[in-house]
Amino acid sequence: MSWLETLRTGVNGVRSRGLRSFLTVLGILIGIAGVIVAVGLGEGASSQVTSEINALGSNVLTITPGSSTSSSGIRGALGSASTLTMDDATALSSPVAAPDIKAVAPITSNTEVLTAGSQTATTSVQGTTPAWLPVRGRTLAEGRFIGKQDINEHTAVGVLGATTASELFSRSDPVGQTVDVNGVPVTIVGVLASTGASSSSSSSSSNPDDTLIIPITTGAERIFGGTSRNTLSSIAVQAKSSADLTGAYQEADHLLLQLHGITNPTQADFTITSEASLIAANTSVDHTLTILLGGIAAISLIVGGIGVMNIMLVSVTERIREIGLRKALGATPRVIRRQFLIEASVLGVVGGILGVVAGILCVAYLPGLIGDPISTSPTAAVGALAIALAIGVLFGVYPASRAASLAPIDALRTE
Amino acid sequence: MTMTPPLGTPPVAPEREAVIELENVTKVYRTGSLSVAALRGVTLSINEGEYVAIIGPSGSGKSTLMHILGCLDIPTSGGYQLAGEDVSRMSETALAEVRNRRIGFVFQQFNLLPSMTAWQNVELPLSYAGVPRRERKERALEALARVGLAGRVQHRPGELSGGQQQRVAVARALVTEPDLILADEPTGNLDSVSAADVLGLMGDLYAAGRTLVLITHDVEVASAANRVVGIRDGLLTENDTRYLESVR
Repeated sequence: MSWLETLRTGVNGVRSRGLRSFLTVLGILIGIAGVIVAVGLGEGASSQVTSEINALGSNVLTITPGSSTSSSGIRGALGSASTLTMDDATALSSPVAAPDIKAVAPITSNTEVLTAGSQTATTSVQGTTPAWLPVRGRTLAEGRFIGKQDINEHTAVGVLGATTASELFSRSDPVGQTVDVNGVPVTIVGVLASTGASSSSSSSSSNPDDTLIIPITTGAERIFGGTSRNTLSSIAVQAKSSADLTGAYQEADHLLLQLHGITNPTQADFTITSEASLIAANTSVDHTLTILLGGIAAISLIVGGIGVMNIMLVSVTERIREIGLRKALGATPRVIRRQFLIEASVLGVVGGILGVVAGILCVAYLPGLIGDPISTSPTAAVGALAIALAIGVLFGVYPASRAASLAPIDALRTE
Repeated sequence: MTMTPPLGTPPVAPEREAVIELENVTKVYRTGSLSVAALRGVTLSINEGEYVAIIGPSGSGKSTLMHILGCLDIPTSGGYQLAGEDVSRMSETALAEVRNRRIGFVFQQFNLLPSMTAWQNVELPLSYAGVPRRERKERALEALARVGLAGRVQHRPGELSGGQQQRVAVARALVTEPDLILADEPTGNLDSVSAADVLGLMGDLYAAGRTLVLITHDVEVASAANRVVGIRDGLLTENDTRYLESVR
C-alpha cells in the first residue's frame, strides 16, 4: 500500500470522527498559537532593547558620581554625590593619559518643563558638549547640533529629541522656534533623528528621543542653577573600538582615582558602567517573562500532544475489529502502524497550521491591546509547524504500535 | 486447425492439486500454568475445487482450526502447506501477505467497514496487494456484479440488508481470486431466506471451480457441501456419519 493511499485512509479516519478530531486539534492549536505569541513577545522586547542599545552609541562607558560598592561604611547612593567635575572630563580627554579613549562628553542633566506657546512638555534637559553627538552615536534630522562657539558664549540654543519636537511643535518646523526653559528662551537650532526605540516603551523616562540638548555652559550658568556649577551628572566616554573598551575602562578608573586622591579602589567615589550591560540587566526581566510565557505555551503543547495520544488510544481500542479485519485482508503490521501514525500526524499538522494562523492573528492584533511590540517570526511559525508534526508522530507512536501488534484473531474475536 | 484426440480415449482429467495439506497439526494454548490443547494432531488434505464443510460443536476446536487454515494463527507443531507453500512457521508480515494473496474470508459478523461504500469495502484487499486504483475499482465492481449487487455499489453497509452485506463480504473474498475461500459461520447472523441465498451463492462459486471451506455447527448448512469433516475434542473424523446422526 503506497504512502499516498495510507494518507488518504488516515485523513478519512480523522474526518469520520469530526468532533473528536476537532477538539484534539484545538489542543494543539492553542499550544502552537501560544508558542508563536510568546516567541513574538520575546523577540519584540529584544529588538526594542537592541535599538535602545544602538541609540546609546557603541563602545560607550558612563561614569556616574557615587559608589556602587556599598559593602562597607556609609556611602552615598549611586548618582547622589557630586564628585564629578569638568576637570575630570578634561583629564579623560587627554590622549596621553587615556590613549584608548576617543571622545568624552560631560553631561549635566535635570528634568525641566519646556513651554512653547500653549504646549508644555516635561523632559530631560541635558547640558553637554559637541562630542555628545558622536559619542552617543546619534544623528540630526534637521538643523545643526550645538557647537564650540555655543559652549564658549553660553548661548541659549538647544537641540530637541524627535519625540519632544513632535510633542511641542506638532504642526510647525521646530528649528528657529523658541522654547521657554526655567524662564530662559532657548532657540531650537536642530532636531535629533529618531533612534527607533519604541515610543511606547514602558520606561519613557529613559526614552532617548525625549530630550533637549543644550550647551553645558548654558545649562550650568543660566538654566539649572544650583550650588556647584562645575558638577556633572555623568560623563560619557567613547572607546576607540569595542576591543579598547576594557583599556578605556582601566584608564578612566585609574585617572579618576588619581585625580580624586583615592588610594583604595574599593572606596572610589564614582562608578563606571557600560550602558549596554545596564540595559542587559534590565532586559533580563523581559527574558524571564519570555521564558515563563514560553514555558506555559510548551506545557499546553504537551497537553495537546497528550490529547492526540489519548484520542489515538481510544481510536485503537474502538477500532479493534477494523484493525483485525484489515489484518485478515492482508494489511501488514507496518501498514497498520503507518495508518495510525498518519492519523496522529494529520491531527498534529492541522492543529499546527490552524495554530500558526491563530498565532499570527494574535501577533497582528494584540499589540494594539497590550501596548507591547510583538514580532512575527517566520522561523517560529515554521518551527511551530515542525513541533506540531513531531508531537503528532511522537504521541502517535505508542498507539500505532499497539494497533500494529494486535493479533488478528484477538482483534476479530472482540465483539 | 485443431488437434482432435483419438476417439475412445477418455479426456485427460486435469490434475487436482492439494490446496490445503495439514500434517499432524496441534495447537496448545497456555494461560499461566494451564495449557489447553485445542487441536491434538489434525491431518487434513483438501484439493482444488472441493467444497468442504468442517462441522463441530462449540469447544471442539473448529475456531482454532479455522484460524490456522486462514493463516491468522500458526500451529504449535505440525506442518501446513497452503497451495504448496509452507506457512506453518511464517512471520506475521509474511502471513499477512499470504492471507492477502491466497485466502478470501467470509465472517459471521460480515466485518464490513461502516464508513465505506460497498465497492470500497470490496477493493480493500486489492489496495493491500498494491493493485492500481482504477483496476481495483473495476475488479470490485465486477465482483459485486457476480454476487448480484451491481445496483448497490454506492451503498454503505448500514443501508444494506444482512443478506446483502454478506454478499458484499463474499464479493470481497472473491475479488483477489484467492486459492481458498474460508467461510466462518457465514449464515450465523442471517434469517433462513438470506442464509439460503448466501449458501446458494457459495454453491455457484463451487460450480465455478472455487475451493471452499465452510466452518459451521449447523448440520443443514454443512450438508450444502460435498464433503463433510467433523471435529470433536481437537480431532477430525472424516465423513463422520455417527456425529451427523447424533446431532440430527
